[in-house]
Amino acid sequence: MAQETKSAEAALALHRFGLGPRRNSIAQIASDPRGALIAEIERPGVGRINNPELLSASAAARAAFEARAERRAQTILAQRAQKENERSAAQGQGQGMSDEVARKADAAKAADAALAAQGPTDGERRNFLKEVRARLDAAFEADIGFAERLVWFWSNHFCVATDTVYNMAAGYEREAIRPHVLGRFGDMLLAAEGHPAMLIYLTNTASMGANSIAGINRTLGLNENLAREILELHTLGVRTGYDQDDVIRFANVLTGWTIIPIAGDPVHGNEFIFNPRMHEPGPQRVLGKFYVDTGVEQGRGVLADLARHPATATHVATKLARHFCADDPPPSLVERLARTFRDTEGDLKEMAKTLVTSEETWAPARDKLKRPCEWVASIARATGLRSDPERFIRGQLLMGEPLWRPSAPQGFADNEGAWIDGMGLRLDVANSVAERIADRVEPKEVLETALGPLASPETRQAIARAESRQQALALAFMSPEFQRR
Amino acid sequence: MALNLHLPTRREMLLGSGALFAWAYAPRLARAEGRDPRLLVVVLRGGLDGLAMVAPVGDPDWVKLRGDKGLALDGKPPALPLDGFFALNPAMPNLNRLYRAGQATIVQATATPYRERSHFDGQDVLESGYGRPGHMDSGWLNRALAVLEADGRVDPRGARALAVGPVTPLVLRGPAPVMSWVPQRLLPASEDTQARLLDLYLHTDAKLARALQGRRDLLAVARAGGISAVIPPEDERIAGMARLRQYFAEVAVTAAKYLARPDGPRVGAVGVSGWDTHINEGATGGQLANLLGALDATVPAFEQNMGDAWKETVVVFITEFGRTARINGTDGTDHGTGTVAWIVGGALKGGRVIADWPGLKDADLYEGRDLKPTTDLRTVLKGLLKDHLRVDDRALAASVFPGSEDVKPLAGLLG
Repeated sequence: MAQETKSAEAALALHRFGLGPRRNSIAQIASDPRGALIAEIERPGVGRINNPELLSASAAARAAFEARAERRAQTILAQRAQKENERSAAQGQGQGMSDEVARKADAAKAADAALAAQGPTDGERRNFLKEVRARLDAAFEADIGFAERLVWFWSNHFCVATDTVYNMAAGYEREAIRPHVLGRFGDMLLAAEGHPAMLIYLTNTASMGANSIAGINRTLGLNENLAREILELHTLGVRTGYDQDDVIRFANVLTGWTIIPIAGDPVHGNEFIFNPRMHEPGPQRVLGKFYVDTGVEQGRGVLADLARHPATATHVATKLARHFCADDPPPSLVERLARTFRDTEGDLKEMAKTLVTSEETWAPARDKLKRPCEWVASIARATGLRSDPERFIRGQLLMGEPLWRPSAPQGFADNEGAWIDGMGLRLDVANSVAERIADRVEPKEVLETALGPLASPETRQAIARAESRQQALALAFMSPEFQRR
Repeated sequence: MALNLHLPTRREMLLGSGALFAWAYAPRLARAEGRDPRLLVVVLRGGLDGLAMVAPVGDPDWVKLRGDKGLALDGKPPALPLDGFFALNPAMPNLNRLYRAGQATIVQATATPYRERSHFDGQDVLESGYGRPGHMDSGWLNRALAVLEADGRVDPRGARALAVGPVTPLVLRGPAPVMSWVPQRLLPASEDTQARLLDLYLHTDAKLARALQGRRDLLAVARAGGISAVIPPEDERIAGMARLRQYFAEVAVTAAKYLARPDGPRVGAVGVSGWDTHINEGATGGQLANLLGALDATVPAFEQNMGDAWKETVVVFITEFGRTARINGTDGTDHGTGTVAWIVGGALKGGRVIADWPGLKDADLYEGRDLKPTTDLRTVLKGLLKDHLRVDDRALAASVFPGSEDVKPLAGLLG
């Protein structure tokens, strides 16, 4: 009996805190599930990806810039050559196409060339797939996946989107998020807001103070976007007392936080730079406190204070509790997490430990619906078959959670209401995965590997009575126990 | 400058977010009167710059405010005059045509009761129908349906809302069941697999059962109507605005096909992101003009596929807030307050701009920066729900837009 209880708790730990069980994972941690979770986040370097093949965000952007410039040039050369050929052919034949037909053909070719000249180059695409592969591997290979889940959580909290930073989103996560998920919130905040990907995504790169040198000389000026989203989404949370003046003053503080122009610098283009020429001079009062103008330090000072603010503690605590515990998390858990945040100056490893040691997060009822990416990771781990990056990208897009591509700065929703009506799509994805792997995977093994003691009699029966292995697998992936954590 | 490489193309933003559709599948809404009204709500997420779409060209302060970045009757291209004071963005010729035909009504200087500037909260208020943010459980459109359902005015066999897109827009979440549609790229699981899974859910998880049932109902309607559930994959080579237009067209045509069917849904919603124009807004010939143009280009196909049902149809376009009246430091606009909403459809008595014009002088602007809202958006929405779907005043004030007793439904929107 005690052994069964431990097994059930181990399976619960793997689904709720991790990315789902792999073969034998339930047995491996059954003696002490809570200890295993803590051990994973204590491991040195956990949460990082060390792959020398992966480019830094700025290097990837530079490589893309060069490749696109080269492609444009080649397109123009090809168009010229084509025109020249046609002209000489028409002259040689003495008659040739009518002007009208020739013009149409030219226009069609130009349109084709223009199409080819848009979108990522092959090199960018390869690079992107490498990054996706590395991220999928990290999820697949983790013992439990608690640290990886924290990475995904924080990456969504401080999200950027590939619509604007296609080549930088992956590097951003490795550079600004991963090093800090078990470190200090204040360090992650600084790394995220000062990262070129974030400055581009939230349109701060061209923002300049009205009284800055550049602002006086040019017609451009302030952009409030980054300042507002830092206050609203990244730190204090909405409706926590800041007002429009705070937003504007904080935006003034952040003027000059920009990037090195990519076209002008093949070595350091797109890296962060503080440009004093764009910075609004003078002190700024944000949330009632004066910050003297110390250049880039003025912004760092505001960020440091925001990281310490009690409203930030509550905001972060609420989101973490919602993610790991329940859509409507128990207030006692939120308060305990907020207290940990305040007491430890935002030590995120202590926050993770508080999650593990709180009784609220071990409630046996599993009501939280996995998001598509968590669910897909669970399938890969349960079957022992790695996801193909391209297929993964398409599947996530289909299910409404495209990788590194939320539709707005608040990131993907973290509640059931947003996702449950996509169940029909999930079934199609489950069915399609099952079809591909049915010849290699035994449904009963998947059931024991992934669910074991959590499997209900109804689910066991449905799988046992399925008409085919494909159907049995689809039912296993779609079962409530597999989808909820 | 180097920034350009990284500017979002609107196409990517839109596709990235996915156009999300939800429909309330409520046949025979007002059958007793011999009517069969359809209502589609289009939620433009990100905060549309209303002044860039419908400009007060008759206001002497307009040119001072926007200069050559604003619409003008002698602009290139010239704005389309609406009523001697307002003019429409020339990227929207179809809306102009409907307006001339009395099938479009424009509301300017409108807003929800929300007065802060968070997208998040602003969208919650817009879609939930509550006076304040923080209500995430259900949306006003779903609750309106629930009222009709309780009155027995909805065919119980099909009382179900349809969500187009994997994530249901808040406006259509709630007690009335939802079904969803997204552009499909996989073949659906077999009928037998679906039935077995549904049986499992019915015994173990009521919420999952309800969600899956919605999908099955939708497929049944599709089969009956010969609507393909499998859309061919996007042609990756078609890039830029052409692809955006193609995507919009697919969504609009599908919406019309479902809404037009005798046994199809009667109420739907779609969310479209991409209106958060902080940089290089491009109201004339730029990104916002392209986006408005792509939206406008769906009108003919939608009308055509609605067929006779067009004359019983209303489509309303709403956004969470407007943007700053002035251009910001990066040729865009920041989050603001008052903005535009518009309604099209064969059931309308249109051809007018509804606006209690607040003016554009510094002192006229809300908090000295935004177009001041003078029309509560809820009066318009309540007017539509009352006259089109026949939701009564009391329910509108109590459960659809809670606490809105003082906000009277606008009369006379419909013919």
